[in-house]
Order: sequence, then C-alpha cells, then structure tokens
Amino acid sequence: MGNSLNAWSDWLTGFSPMGIPLGLVIIAAIPLVFIALYALTYGVYGERKISAFMQDRLGPMEVGYWGILQTLADILKLLQKEDIVPTLADKFLFVIGPGVLFVGSFLAFAVLPFSPAFIGANLNVGLFYAIGIVSIEVVGILAAGWGSNNKWSLYGAVRSVAQIVSYEIPAAIALLCGAMMAGTLDMQKITLLQSGPFGFAHFYLFQNPIAWLPFLIYFIASLAETNRAPFDIPEAESELVAGYFTEYTGMKFAVIFLAEYGSMFMVSAIISIVFLGGWNSPLPNIGGLELNAMTSGPWWGAFWIIMKGFFFIFVQMWLRWTLPRLRVDQLMYLCWKVLTPFAFVSFVLTAIWVIYVP
Amino acid sequence: MSNPAYTVIFYLFAAITVFSAAFVVFSRNVIYSAFSLLFTFFGAAALYVFLSADFIAVTQVVVYVGGILVLLLFGVMFTNSIMQTDLKTDVLNMIPGTVLLVGIIGAILYTFYSTHSWMPSSTMLQGSIVERIGFETMSGYVLPFEMASILLLAALIGAAFLARFDKPGNNEK
Repeated sequence: MGNSLNAWSDWLTGFSPMGIPLGLVIIAAIPLVFIALYALTYGVYGERKISAFMQDRLGPMEVGYWGILQTLADILKLLQKEDIVPTLADKFLFVIGPGVLFVGSFLAFAVLPFSPAFIGANLNVGLFYAIGIVSIEVVGILAAGWGSNNKWSLYGAVRSVAQIVSYEIPAAIALLCGAMMAGTLDMQKITLLQSGPFGFAHFYLFQNPIAWLPFLIYFIASLAETNRAPFDIPEAESELVAGYFTEYTGMKFAVIFLAEYGSMFMVSAIISIVFLGGWNSPLPNIGGLELNAMTSGPWWGAFWIIMKGFFFIFVQMWLRWTLPRLRVDQLMYLCWKVLTPFAFVSFVLTAIWVIYVP
Repeated sequence: MSNPAYTVIFYLFAAITVFSAAFVVFSRNVIYSAFSLLFTFFGAAALYVFLSADFIAVTQVVVYVGGILVLLLFGVMFTNSIMQTDLKTDVLNMIPGTVLLVGIIGAILYTFYSTHSWMPSSTMLQGSIVERIGFETMSGYVLPFEMASILLLAALIGAAFLARFDKPGNNEK
C-alpha cells in the first residue's frame, strides 16, 4: 500500500484469498457503501440540526450528546417496523422500486475519486458514466410510484421523472464545460489536472473567467435532480403527502432515504471534483510555509473531498429554508428557457477560452 | 481475460440479458415488460464493457435507459386501460414464422462454426478511446454527424409544433 495513484483501490482489487477473486467482485465496493451510509446518517442529523437552527429551535437533543445518536435510533426503529405492502399495490414493482432507486444513486459512487489512492473504478469515461447512470434512478422512481397504486405516488413519480429528465440537459452541458477545460472524462485525471502549489488557484472555478456560470448552472440543476428544495415539487408535502414514497414504511422507506442522501452527496462530490479540485487541498504554499504540501496525501485527500461534499450538502440544506418551492410551470420555464440557453452560452465561451486564451 | 472470474461475470451478465429479454417478450403485463427491458439494456451495456467499449456502454445506458425506456414507461402509464387490454395478437403465422426462425438460427450457427477463429481488427486499441471517437467524429465523419444533428433538430421542431396550443383545431388555451 504505497502512496502512488490509486494504490489502495488497486490493492483491494488484487485481493484474492485462496484464489477467490473477492477483490474484483465485491471488496472495492464496501468502502463506498460505508461512505453512502455515513452520508445518510450525518446527512439526516445535519438536516435536522441545520433546519432547527435556521428556525431558532434546538432540533434533536435527547439521544446522545446534542442528539448525535438520533439518526442511529431512527434507523433501529425503522428496522423493527412492520413492513406493510398495500393490498392493491403491484407487489413486485413496489418491492423492487426502492432497490432500483438505491442502486441507481449508488452506482455513480464507483467513479468518484475519494482520495488520490482510492477510486472504485478508474474508467476513462468516468464523468459521462456519472451523468448517465442517474437514469436508472429514474426507473426506480417510476417503479415505486406506479407500484404503490396511489394517485399521489404516481403524480410524485411523474413530476420527479419529468424534472430529472429535463434538468439532466443543463447539468450535462455544464459538466461538459469542466470536461472541456480538462480535456478528459477520467475523474482521477480531472482532479490531478487541478493540483498545484497554489492550492485553490488551480481549481477550474478560478482558472477561467466564465467557469462560475457552468458551476452555478450545475449546482441549480443538481438541486432539481436530487429533488431538493426549491425544486421539491415531487414530494411537496402540502400537495402530494410525500410524493412517490407515500406508501412506503419501515426499511423500504429507509432505503429510499438512503438513495436520496446518497445522490445528494454524489452531486456534491461531482461538483467539487469538476470545479473545485476534488481531493486537492485548497491551501496554497506561501513562501517557505508549504501549507499545500503539508495538507496533501491519501488521507488528507479523502478529508478534503468529503469536506467539500459536506459543504455543498450544507448549502443545499441552507437553501431549503431560504427559498420557496417553485410551481411546475416555473420549474420547466427555468430549465428550458433560462438554464439551457445559459448553459449553451457558457459552453461556447468556455470552448473559445480553451482554444484561444491560455 | 483468461481469468475464470471474468468468465463467470460474463455468463452472469449474458444470462441477465437473455432472461430479461425473454421476459419482455413473454410477459402478459405490459408494465412488467417495460421494466424488464431495463435489465436487458443494463446487461447489453455490461456486455459492451466486456468488449472494451466503455463509451458505447455508457451511451447505451444514457440513450436507451434514460431516453427510450423512460419515454416508453411514460407512454404506458398515461395510456388509459392499457392493463385491461389483452395483448395477444390474433394474427398467427406459425409456418412462415417457424421457417424464418430456423433459417436465421441456421445462418447464425453456420457463420459461427464456419468462422474458425475470431478476427482481430488490424488497428489495435491504444489509450483512451474517447479521444479517438472525438477526433474521428470531427474529421472523417463530420458529414454524417451534421446530418444526424439536422435530423434531430427537425424532429425537435416537429414535436414542438405538434404540441403547441395555438394551432387551428386546438382551442384549449
């Protein structure tokens, strides 16, 4: 286990006790599952605490110090709950819906470089894969909404799918701007190209005077893709009870939540990788004080990308209590008449910048 | 690729593809057929990965799962009384169908057994395939690429024209 690029994941892949290629099949995925689980546990805790502070409340305070074990207690409660399947539901689709949803949000974790030494699968089409694999999630949402045999669920699912499919377009064009600056779709290479002795100055957001535009467009579109406020019309409590997961209870409900927080972390990690340097330390070397060199390395890399991811999750939660929900027509207006044209403009400007300026 | 683990994984994905495709055809419930198509597309994408065609595999998922399958599911879900309709066709041509089936399987098997070994391409695959695709699209195949884009643009304009409110005979606004 050296410190070279992808050392940990290569070691894990080569791990085959007694000739059984466990590493190839399963081991490399286990750290990713734990990352998703922690994103859920602390995501839910953070959501409740941040919401509480923004409304001048305290939030969960009873379980553990400052309520830190509250999510764990909630998960234990959900595990013990009766697993109810409505009589008139389509049993098969009702059961596989949450599974497909979770797989769809979890598959993208495979190509996120969590450290210079760890990436689940170092694909040379990593970014394209991360954009495209979200479509499996869409099928899971439709299965859950249709299988519930409930009007609210179906409405929620249809709204959610229309929203995700529409916002994929500005999101993909915005990410393409980042890919153009890098000249590759390999996530690990995109991150490597943003490293340097001046820390944050090498990040693509600060490398190019137009980069803030695709950055902003992708951030807004990623809010819609993960059904977060102000784009949470698929689960609008005041209209649709809870959207496509109205009928779910117990562990299936927990799996849907796991998928939701998993994809929140996923889009936050993607925006950090493409525009904010992924696992690179943002601290610059100042003269003899080598802050950047001190805060780089496999462990620091994991720390930085998870911190950047959590920062964007915090911004998502912050926006939830700041902006009101959009109407369906406003949502589509924003996507097709505002974000998509601006994404094209930023695409052309970035192309001009990449070809002619540096 | 001689590792037995790869062989096992290959047969797993091949089985997923074939069985889900069979389910698409034989299922009486059109919703199940549509959802089963997901696994067929997914398995086909995995088989592309085995052919070292990552880019095509991801494109397969984006276009077929993200576009066509979602459109199909939307169509099925918004169609009234699709669950009540009997999906069996009343046109049954047993004899021509069987002849065609045997002929096609025979032709495939004949090609399979008469070709003695796999024919490797003369140009070897080197480095990232994505850049090669980009260069080829923008140099040698730029005319087909542009033609496809004009076709898609025409389809988009046509769809917008069909769906708009203020055309004669559509006074819902």
